[in-house]
Amino acid sequence: MTLLATERMKLFSTRSPWFCGVLALGMVIGFAGLVALAEDDPTTLGLRSTLFGWQFGLMVVLVMGALAITTEYRFGTIRTAFQAVPNRTAVLLAKAGVVAALAGVIGEVAAFGAWGTAKVLAPGADLAIAGEAGWRSVAGIGLVFAVAAVIAVAVGALVRQSAGAISILLIWTMLLENLVGIIPRVGDDIQDWLPFMAVNRFLGDPGPDPVMGPWPSLAYFAAIAAALLAAALVVVNKRDA
Amino acid sequence: MIEAVGLTKRYGKTVAVDNLSFTVPTGRVTGFLGPNGAGKSTTMRMILGLDTPTGGSVHIGGKSYRDLKNPLRTVGALLDAKWVHPNRSARAHLAWMAKSNRIAAKRVDEVLDIVGLTAVAGKNAGGFSLGMSQRLGIAGALLGDPQVLLFDEPVNGLDPEGILWIRKFMHRLADEGRTVFVSSHLLSEMALTAQELVVIGRGKLISQSSTEDFVAQATENTVLVRSPQLADLRAALGRAGVSIRDEGDSLVVSGMDIAEIGELAARSGAVLHELSPQRGSLEEAFMRLTGDSVEYHTDIADEAAALLSTEGVKR
Repeated sequence: MTLLATERMKLFSTRSPWFCGVLALGMVIGFAGLVALAEDDPTTLGLRSTLFGWQFGLMVVLVMGALAITTEYRFGTIRTAFQAVPNRTAVLLAKAGVVAALAGVIGEVAAFGAWGTAKVLAPGADLAIAGEAGWRSVAGIGLVFAVAAVIAVAVGALVRQSAGAISILLIWTMLLENLVGIIPRVGDDIQDWLPFMAVNRFLGDPGPDPVMGPWPSLAYFAAIAAALLAAALVVVNKRDA
Repeated sequence: MIEAVGLTKRYGKTVAVDNLSFTVPTGRVTGFLGPNGAGKSTTMRMILGLDTPTGGSVHIGGKSYRDLKNPLRTVGALLDAKWVHPNRSARAHLAWMAKSNRIAAKRVDEVLDIVGLTAVAGKNAGGFSLGMSQRLGIAGALLGDPQVLLFDEPVNGLDPEGILWIRKFMHRLADEGRTVFVSSHLLSEMALTAQELVVIGRGKLISQSSTEDFVAQATENTVLVRSPQLADLRAALGRAGVSIRDEGDSLVVSGMDIAEIGELAARSGAVLHELSPQRGSLEEAFMRLTGDSVEYHTDIADEAAALLSTEGVKR
């Protein structure tokens, strides 16, 4: 608990989480507003199309998570942190936990904020959150953001440099996962097992005959995050600070 | 007490610290002296558990740093004053450190007051001058009211006022019965600050002793002799088998103490105008001992050594 409180103090005593939080909310909610206003025929407007800004919010959350750890390396405060708490595993887990919690809150506020905004701006549209699939599409965004933040912290701890970690995360999510599909024959099969494609199955329409259902897809995404975090823990404990 | 036994750190083929053993006694200021690149900072990082030794071990009060519970309460350290987040305020920086070791929040204001940063506590640390950063680092080291304090090159880059402040501060800490281990490549600074000296060069221990003993042992104590009958005296001294060097209109004698030279002069009927001991400086001792072990050797070092030794004689 002490460590969680310490990491919370560290996170909120700098500007970047506030900046990233506002930016993520603005992206997701702003896009929902734009979509709602741009649509002439409100009946074609659906729940998922109003929430499509979550992908941009995700980018911001990845940047925030990576920065939370890479700035510690950049400014040398990681040494002060390990000097204060020599148990590096505990430090990294606490940081990942706090960043994930913040990302989760940002995700939920953004998702429901976007939904509410669209409902106000396009009163004629059918935006009811119906059934398990509906709730998953909205409330699931917070879960995805939380897990994504853990991935970002793990990659940040492995790479240690802001520019490097952010480049890897953004190029992976925006480019590589989409480009893999181009590979002849095996591309589509590989793509099914990529982490952020699993997120698409969880939040959106899994399509016909998916490789796994929405919830197993989220579990798979979380397992990849856990594996990356475990790798980061091994490396951070072994490496000289 | 800090005790290092056979401490070794290798980076690939480079040996940064080589089988280093020393002890830092309780309640004194111990200087950690060595030229740049001698392995001082690496040793300090190993003491704090930041770097893992390739071989050997180092213990603080019998415990490995990583086994200390709330270590900031046992060991305070300032390794680099720039290890702060530039957009975090001085108070916030100390607050998270305090929180992590269950130190009362009011202690943050106490240490800010001790180092004289109360007025700028809410300002971002990124805007601090080097002197202010150094003070903030010291505040962090003092946070847990620790018995053991480590400082790595604390006066580097400071103005004279800042240097004086740090020097007084070290003495105050030692007077309070704390163990202070402070590294420097500045000998003159160590002569004023440290009571004990651990001297290293190229990662190896050169000597561990009190500062006085270090100077006494390492410098050649010579005697300056002036006399109108210099030639007679030189001959007499030559017969006694001591080494003599001409220095203007005087002689510099080594290997014989003042009383003996005086008696010899009386026996040979020489009038003495001056007979004075020449004490070696810490610089000379340092150059003599570490001359072979400077990592990045240049001719400048040799020139400086030559210059220093002649200056030492003139003094």
